[in-house]
Amino acid sequence: MKFAIIRFGGSNCDMDVHHVLSEVLGVETDLVWYKEKPEFLSDYAGVVIPGGFSYGDYLRAGAIAARTPIMDGVKRLAAKGVPVLGICNGFQILAESGLVAGALRGNEYPKFRCSSANLRVETTDSPFTGAYKKGDVIRVPIAHAEGNFYTDASTISKLNSNDQVAFRYVDEDGNPTAESNPNGSVENIAGILNEKKNVLGLMPHPERASEDVLGSRDGRKIFESMIKYAEIF
Amino acid sequence: MKYTAQVTITLKKGMLDPEGTTIKRALNHLGFTTESVNTAKRLIIELEAESADVAAETVDEMCQKVLANPVIHNYTIDVCEC
Repeated sequence: MKFAIIRFGGSNCDMDVHHVLSEVLGVETDLVWYKEKPEFLSDYAGVVIPGGFSYGDYLRAGAIAARTPIMDGVKRLAAKGVPVLGICNGFQILAESGLVAGALRGNEYPKFRCSSANLRVETTDSPFTGAYKKGDVIRVPIAHAEGNFYTDASTISKLNSNDQVAFRYVDEDGNPTAESNPNGSVENIAGILNEKKNVLGLMPHPERASEDVLGSRDGRKIFESMIKYAEIF
Repeated sequence: MKYTAQVTITLKKGMLDPEGTTIKRALNHLGFTTESVNTAKRLIIELEAESADVAAETVDEMCQKVLANPVIHNYTIDVCEC
């Protein structure tokens, strides 16, 4: 069983994800340059689109990467039900490619936010959150200037009723307050799933919270859940 | 024929424009008062087309496909032979 991490020019969190998957969790993981043909991805059991600044965030963050041929390969895998995880710029790319709903806008307070965030697990009904308990509050770092998730009212309603909201920003006690929202995203949404729940996009960086030595291993369960799901799938 | 299309991309009405607000504040600090400041992105595209209408259609397709994000953007296209 092998996982793929897609690298675009400007991706910079690929090595951290690779470290967690292959060294911490023992999964054979390939770093895949975006110029590979879409078919190259056919046999992977899981795909991660890492954080960074693909194409320098030109035009819109993730806009150009989302429209490269390799993403057809990602879409085909997603359609087959393979788990696809987009972290930060990866979430932006997933949104721009239509694999998840909505768009990531500039932070409400126009500042690059680099800090720890509290996230509440909103659903455990997904390949990425199965190892958590609903309502768990976890601490995961964020580092972004365009993490303000937005979508229209009717899509929000669908996301909520279909249990597609994966994580919300909350305070230490698990309340989704305005103060705990680092970027103004609608309903404090930090991560969402697609309709079939096999694609997750989130702004925070779980790969930076997967080992105690970095201060938190709260994010590790996202990868553990994904691996467990891929093994059975 | 050679045409130049000017695409202007703006955020939909009601969207927060933090960059615009920040610029408004900066102007205020310099002694200027404004009702509002909003940012827009301008793309200048030169292309060959049989007519201005065809050029506009092609550029509209570009906007739909990649230049604008329909979730958050509006856009206008002006075509000239300049």
